[in-house]
Order: sequence, then C-alpha cells, then structure tokens
Amino acid sequence: MNENYENILQSARDLRWDIGGDFHEKIMEALYTDATRIAERAVTYPDEKPRFDLDRTIDRLVTSRVWGFPLMILMLTLVFWLTISGANVPSGMLYSLLIDTLHPVLKTAAASIGLPWWLDGVLIDGAYLATAWVVSVMLPPMAIFFPLFTLLEDFGYLPRVAFNLDHIFRKAGAHGKQALSMTMGFGCNAAGVISTRIIDSPRERLIAIITNNFSLCNGRWPTQILIATIFIGALVPPALGGVISALSVVGIALLGVLLTFLISWALSRTILKGEVSTFNLELPPYRPPRILQTLYTSVIDRTLIVLWRAVVFALPAGVAIWLSANILVGGVSIAEHLINFLDPFGLLLGLNGVILVAYIVAIPANEIVIPTILMLTVLVSGVTGPGQGAGVMFELESGLETLNILMAGGWTLLTGVNLMLFSLIHNPCSTTIYTIYKETGSVKWTTIASLLPVVLGILVTFFTAQVWRLLAGF
Amino acid sequence: MNIDQKKSSQEVVENLQTQAGCASCPVHHAANLKKLGVDMESWDFVVALAGNPNTGKSTVFNALTGLRQHTGNWPGKTVTRAEGGFEYAENRYKLVDLPGTYSLLATSLDEEIARDFILFGQPDVTIVVVDASRLERNLNLVLQVLEITNRVVICLNLMDEAERHNMNVDHRRLARDLGVPVVPTVARYNEGLEELLAAVHEVASGQTRAKPYHVNYSHPKLERAVTQLVEQIKAVFPHVPNARWVALRLLDGDERIIRAVEEGELGELTYTRDDLEGVGVSHLSQKSGFAQ
Repeated sequence: MNENYENILQSARDLRWDIGGDFHEKIMEALYTDATRIAERAVTYPDEKPRFDLDRTIDRLVTSRVWGFPLMILMLTLVFWLTISGANVPSGMLYSLLIDTLHPVLKTAAASIGLPWWLDGVLIDGAYLATAWVVSVMLPPMAIFFPLFTLLEDFGYLPRVAFNLDHIFRKAGAHGKQALSMTMGFGCNAAGVISTRIIDSPRERLIAIITNNFSLCNGRWPTQILIATIFIGALVPPALGGVISALSVVGIALLGVLLTFLISWALSRTILKGEVSTFNLELPPYRPPRILQTLYTSVIDRTLIVLWRAVVFALPAGVAIWLSANILVGGVSIAEHLINFLDPFGLLLGLNGVILVAYIVAIPANEIVIPTILMLTVLVSGVTGPGQGAGVMFELESGLETLNILMAGGWTLLTGVNLMLFSLIHNPCSTTIYTIYKETGSVKWTTIASLLPVVLGILVTFFTAQVWRLLAGF
Repeated sequence: MNIDQKKSSQEVVENLQTQAGCASCPVHHAANLKKLGVDMESWDFVVALAGNPNTGKSTVFNALTGLRQHTGNWPGKTVTRAEGGFEYAENRYKLVDLPGTYSLLATSLDEEIARDFILFGQPDVTIVVVDASRLERNLNLVLQVLEITNRVVICLNLMDEAERHNMNVDHRRLARDLGVPVVPTVARYNEGLEELLAAVHEVASGQTRAKPYHVNYSHPKLERAVTQLVEQIKAVFPHVPNARWVALRLLDGDERIIRAVEEGELGELTYTRDDLEGVGVSHLSQKSGFAQ
C-alpha cells in the first residue's frame, strides 16, 4: 500500500484514540440537534386546536388485542370471497374460449391436415390442454387477488397485519415481516417466495421461504372448493352448502397459517437456529390507494407470471400426462401401471393410487390436479360417458356427476378430507421450486424446501387415516 | 466552433426567435420531458434519488421515467437499485432510484448501497425526497447527504399530507437554511415535478451553485482532529471534493472509506467524467471549461 495512504490511516487511528469513545454519539447528537432546529424553523402549526386523528382511531381498532385478529380473519375471508366469486365468470369465459371452442377447432384442423393420432394427442390433448387449463383457471383469480392485495398494501393496512402477527412470529423464532410474505403466498407461492426479499436476515428469510408453501395458493383453491362442496357440503342441507364449503376453505387456509407458525418454530429450534433480529416497523399513515394505477401494475405483473408459467411448466406436464396414459407397456398404459403400483401406499394414507399419480404429474401446476384425477379415474375404472379418451383431462359441470365418478373410483369421505389436507401440505409447484432455487442459490435448501412439506403431508394424511379408521371401527 | 454557425443566418435568426418564444412557455418544457424507460445507451447527466423509506421516491421515479416501478405504502418496497431515464431541456438524464435509508452511516446493506452510489457513483445531482409531514426525521439523512455532496436538490414531497396534518412547511426558509434548492411537490398527483426538473437541470448544468449547510459538531478536540486529517487528505488526494466528510468517516472507523483510502479509490473521485458516451461536442466543452 502506498505510504501516503498508510500515513493517513495511521493518523486517523491515532486521532481516534485521542478523541475518545463517544465520538459516534457526539456526531449523532449534533445531527439530531441541527435537524430539529432547522425543522422547527420551517414548520408552523396555524391551527392550535387538537384535531380528530382518523389514523390513530383506525389503528386503535385494527391493532387492538380484542378486535385485531377477528378483523384480520374477516379481511382474509372477504378477499377470498371476492376472488372466488369474481373469478367465476372470467374463468368460465376463458374456459369456454380456450377449451370448449378452440380445442375442438384444433382437433379438426389437425385431422384435416392428416396429423398422426399420437402427434395430435401429444400436442393438442396434452400440451395445449394443460396450458389452456392453467391459464383459464389461474389467470382470473390472480388478476383479482393481487390487485386486492396491492390495494390493501397501498392503503396501509398490511403493516398493521405485520404488527399484529409479529409477536407470534417472534415466539416462533421468525421475523415479523414473514406475515407479509405469508399473505402474498395466498396469491401465488412463487410470488410469496420473491417477497421474502424484504427480510434481511438470511436465517429468517429461509424460514419464510420454506414455510411459504403452507399458504394456500390460488392454484389450490379450486381443488379445495370442489372437494369441500361435493364431500363436506353434501353432508349438510343444501341451503347451507355454499356457506359451509366456503368456511371449510377458510378453515384449511387458517390451518395453513397455524402450520406456518408451528414449522417456523420447529425450524428455528433445529436446523435454522439463531437470534431473532430486531424489527423496526414504521406504521405508515393511511393513504387512499390509487386504484387505477394499482390495477394496471399488478394485473400486468401477474398476467405475465401466469402466462410464462403456463408455457414453461404446464406445457411439458400436459405432454407427460397424455403420454403416460397412452403409452402401453404390456397392453396397459404407464399411468395404470403407476396407479396400481402406488395404490397400496395411497390407501395407507387414506388416499389412493390415482391421487398420488395425479400429484406426481401435477408437480408443475396445482390447477391440473382435479382434471387429471378425473381423467385417470375414468381411465382406470372404465366408466364410460364422461371424458374424451385416454390422456385427455376434463372437468364436469355438476358436482353430483363428479361425485359419482369419484365414488366409482372408490372414494370416501376420508379420501376427500385427506385430499384437502394433502393439497395444503405437499411439495411446492415446480415454478416455486425454481424460484426458491433462484432466490437462495442453494441446492441444499431448495431440496429441503421441496421435501419437507411433502414428508409432512404424508405423515399427516397417514395419521388422519389411522385415527379415522380406528374411530370408524375399520 | 458552434454547430449553429453551419446554418444560414436566416435559419439562425428564426431559431432564436422561436427559442425566445417557446423557451419561456411552461408547455414547451413539459413537451420536452420525454420518458425513455430503461433503454438508454448514452446520457448527459446522472441523477440519484435518495431519501427515507416510504417518502414517495418510487412515485417520483415513475413519474419522471414513465416506468411502472412497484410502489406501495410499505417501507422497504424498493429492495435493489432501479434505473431509468428521461429527457428534459434537450438533455438526457439517467435516474437511479436508491433504496430508502434513514441514514448513510452504512450499518445495513441498503445504507451501503445508497452511500456508495452517492459517493463513488458521483451522480451529477442527488435528489433527496423528503416527507414534508415528518421533516425532522427526514432532515437527518439530508444533512448527511449534504456532507458528501453539495449538488443536491430537496424534493419536499407529500405536501398534501402535511396539509392534512395542518402543518405549514415553509420551503423557502428551508432552502435558505439548508443552502440548496427545495422544491415542494405532491408526486402522486404530478404536482411540482416541472419545477423539480428545472431545479435539477440548473444544478446539473452548473447554473446553480449551492452553499450547503454543514453540521457543526462543536467538539473542540474533534474539530482539531478533523482539520489535521483534512490537511493530510488534501495533500495526497488534492481534488477530493468532500475531504471533511472523508476525515469524519475515517475517524469513525468506517471500513468502506478506510478501504477506499488503502486502494487509492479516493483519487478517482476527481475524474471529470470524460468517459461520457455520445455527448455532443458543445456540451463537453461547456463542462470542462476549455476555451474554443
């Protein structure tokens, strides 16, 4: 090092000793004093009467020990309800466009140019269908959920959520900001993982990433709602059916929140031990959200994520689904082989082989679980009528028809309940796994984040099945 | 020689007449503001956007560059450094949105990013976005920035919030006390941005020279130490613009600055940015002051 440079540094060291220890404090003090003085000169309050402070009043309500949590659950239910009911019409329209209309068009076009049946199958029934499904099921709810979420954020409510949940997260050894990545995960787990960037400490960030999967993402809502409607809703008088199924979904979502806390606690006691870092949270003033701007930004952002994901991940999945159902080995399709192989294990878990195979294939995207299940059930049980052939996913208009097919496939109430549980607690979808890898840069943590939920899911369904069967006197 | 000499005298006269009329009209400048997004190969000036978290920096950024950087009423929204560009008064500006920080004493990654950019990135202008309804806390950062660079414009944002809280914020007095331009704005409604751009342009082109306020530490031993160190620093790095600040940081044991001294980086702070790409000849000569 240049001698001159060294001299400067040496002088600095010597002078530092000379000045004494409270140098830093003196600097801060001087800064604060001057800032106060200048601010006092510039700011005046013409109106001396103390005014009604709307912000404070709202905060007293929203962060109160009594009303805070019920209000949060109410907000969550409201957001869920708006998303679900709002997405119905656009989903239906996209579905009828892409699948009811375009799919047959493509098939006829393929037939007219004389495409061999297998190429036709792979491309149109496999790749196109899966992609179209993901887009029509995923796009509308995300296009509603994320703007709602962003509006809440703009308004200033979300920091209050973080405030309310902070002490629970702290007891679990995690960071209060995890409240935000967790809520983001209700829209899309990949987005939730990216949002963990707001957490500085790597340890706490990993906890947030690993547990984000327990936030029930948009892709899994349709599964939950359908199963809740046809199994649980069927147990109660039809008038209450709708309410009960909505409540079951909220219940599962809250179970997911509970799991987030539990697993965070477990992680911070075992493989992610460490100190909880301090959390300085500024509760910003409530500001009227800029609705149009928010809608534009969040819709464009989300649209792009979903479309990209549909193409990159769902498309190959569709190909795999179709191939597995149509490639025959010894006269029986690969899918059937797998189903039969996994059936014993599945039954042990209170599920069945069809569900397990569907989940393996649906690693890319949770939305295609139910259609795949239906297609495989029809394939295996030989029910005629519904569906358009092997390897072609489908869904039915009526819950009753769906129930009939599933019952024909050997489903019981236990199967329904365990499916809801497994849908909550299983490995993240491939987009999320990929995102986790990009965010952490570590194969080890990505593996843990992918395997931990599925292992837990297997344990939970196993125990539920045993207890259930015990109680039912099996 | 001036490019204009190539044109006929007729054209020059016409040009001057148009300029006289148009230049004084506010609509003319508004039309000048072109939003270029991130696609910038060359720029004339670099502008940094600093400020406390949640003061509207990203809103100002979006308004100037036309980008849709995600803003949100949640401190800590901007987690990396966003860059964009705009054109104003026939100059192209590169705008860098720094993460929000409460101070520049570099105790966290955000603060380091912000501080390093203002110091080593040497922006032509630093805009400090300040929440008018929380002036005292925001001034902490302002005073620290003023110690690093004197090419500062204060964007006094959220004036509507201040009004809502029944506060009267005197931006002229503030400007006098701080010694730098202070522009009141309500960025979310695009109010005051025209004046902000004008102020930035004036500072960037050297038309406005600020005499910024420097905090007086009123600690005799400290002042003596600083004076001594400053002499040494200036002897070795004669062109360092903020020797006093460097001395203070060295005395405080700031590792980044110590490293900058060790590796002679401080010497590089004097370059007059002759690595500017694609800048017009007339502009360069204006900047470096060579006679033509």
